[in-house]
Amino acid sequence: MSDPSIKVVDLTIGWDETVLQRNATFEIERGSVFVILGGSGCGKSTMLRYLVGLEQPLGGSITIDGQVPWQGIDGPPRFGVMFQSGALLGSLTVGENVALPLQEWTDLPPDAIGGLVAAKLRLVGLQRAESQMPGELSGGMRKRAAIARAMALEPDLLFLDEPSAGLDPVSAVELDDLIVNLNQQLGLTFVVVTHDLESIFKISKSCIMLDRESQSIIARGDPRVLRDTSEDPRVHSFFNRTPQAVKP
Amino acid sequence: MPPAFAIEHVQTSAGEGELRIRGRLVFAEATLLWTELRRLETSAARGQTLNFEMSAVQRIDGGAMALLACLRTELHRRGVKAEFVAADPRVQQIITLYGGDNPVARLKRRRPIGTLDQLGRATIAILLEMQLVLAFFGQMVVSVTGLLRSPRSANWRELPSTMERSGADAVPIIVLINFLVGLAMAFQAAAQLKRFGANLLVADLIGISVCRELGPLMTAIVVCGRSGAAFAAELGFMQVNEEIDALRTMGFGPMRYLVLPRAIALIVVVPLLSLLADVAGVLGGLVVAISSLDLTVRGYINETVRVVTLWDVSTGIIKSVVFALAIALIACQQGLATSGGAEGVGRRTTATVVVTLFTLILVDAVITVFFRLAGL
Repeated sequence: MSDPSIKVVDLTIGWDETVLQRNATFEIERGSVFVILGGSGCGKSTMLRYLVGLEQPLGGSITIDGQVPWQGIDGPPRFGVMFQSGALLGSLTVGENVALPLQEWTDLPPDAIGGLVAAKLRLVGLQRAESQMPGELSGGMRKRAAIARAMALEPDLLFLDEPSAGLDPVSAVELDDLIVNLNQQLGLTFVVVTHDLESIFKISKSCIMLDRESQSIIARGDPRVLRDTSEDPRVHSFFNRTPQAVKP
Repeated sequence: MPPAFAIEHVQTSAGEGELRIRGRLVFAEATLLWTELRRLETSAARGQTLNFEMSAVQRIDGGAMALLACLRTELHRRGVKAEFVAADPRVQQIITLYGGDNPVARLKRRRPIGTLDQLGRATIAILLEMQLVLAFFGQMVVSVTGLLRSPRSANWRELPSTMERSGADAVPIIVLINFLVGLAMAFQAAAQLKRFGANLLVADLIGISVCRELGPLMTAIVVCGRSGAAFAAELGFMQVNEEIDALRTMGFGPMRYLVLPRAIALIVVVPLLSLLADVAGVLGGLVVAISSLDLTVRGYINETVRVVTLWDVSTGIIKSVVFALAIALIACQQGLATSGGAEGVGRRTTATVVVTLFTLILVDAVITVFFRLAGL
């Protein structure tokens, strides 16, 4: 295993009195596409919020390239984040959304920023949407625009929350292809939260599966291997889309 | 520290040149890279060729590639042929990813819109907006008819809380504002009335102007700012959040379920608030009458009661009912017409306040002139 990009040790997450995950420990390899999966309400998206530094852990530690994510969160971003809804700023055009981090954190002249914005939007297939408002875009376009914004400062690490949720199959496949391309050709590391099985098998070779009831990681490794060999009924039922037996 | 890249401009033949790029091109040095590229490309003129020679590029990331692709596009649009040449397969993959080997599309020139066109479009937009408000009013009338036939079909549960938010919660600010308006008016009048020895007439001035005009109008302005804006934002957010669509699919028409409770709440509370405003305004005048015009409390009250008729108060109440209807109508129509996310909600809320204020002043003027012409 190469040098890990993210190290999570004994992480406990949740809010107030509610603990979602207890003592989670895992590492994310540099240059990989790592998927955090699990059923609804197990804390996948919450885990992502902790990884990107929006929340401080109830216990344990997270380091990204040796640094704690919530320190310096107000400074230049060290990684890109795409939120589930896209979270584009509604008062700015798509192009202005992508340009925003470049204007704030680089001293590039406007013509270079314009060129970068056009290139990033072209990369995600939105070259014609630069002057449109986010409200005029479809869900899939909003997500792709959010990826372009997350990539604006050329980070090595991207966090994506449910990238294919709510997309039509064609848009979802296109988005998966984009992730694979960016990972293979530019060597970007992706941390993806999803429960879309097709997408998981296509983009990733390493994952962890969170469980709500046991508040812990119940499986880790290659999703295909887990699908074919796991004897844990919860993991088997998730990967093979079979209902679990109802508890008495 | 020197940059991790170097660029050299080499003239290979007449009208043909190359930018020979060496080393590692990374986004961290984007500004330096852009400045250098800009410096070296200026010599290329229309009809000439300026290729990017990439054989000595060891590494390139997406940001740096985006800048090179951007420059290539610009050169093409200036009539300079520019291609990426001699890149190794790994770099070529990134060139392809960023469209560096795609043909450059021509820019379509957009014709600017003329002033007359803009004026025409704005006029049509205003007329369409007016049409929508009138259509909305029509729907409201139809819903009220339905409500009269079947009173249980309305969403009465929301009425008390809406009346509390729009009425009871607004009492302190309405009382304070109208008290201060009465006070300020009386102060302005005091100096003039003293000169003529007509101190007592301050009660007539304040009583009539507050009850007929200022009480209802100031109340409506405050209600517009508080409740009108709140209604528009609330319904606007529900609209962009698809809550209205969800209600529709469950059989709840937004008119009966959301608009009528708000309209009824305002029609009930605004006249009551106007009555309070009348009292507060008159009390504001009383303070000045006692302190600056040597009147007694009894004298001021007696004169107010003598001169202000029931019709003066009724005029204000009639106005306040019309104002309440206008505020509810415009706020709900604007809220339900919202689109385009958070920005859309903000735009519609602003439009609600501006359009409602204009409408209130206009309606006030129309009613006042009508009553005057009718001798009322």
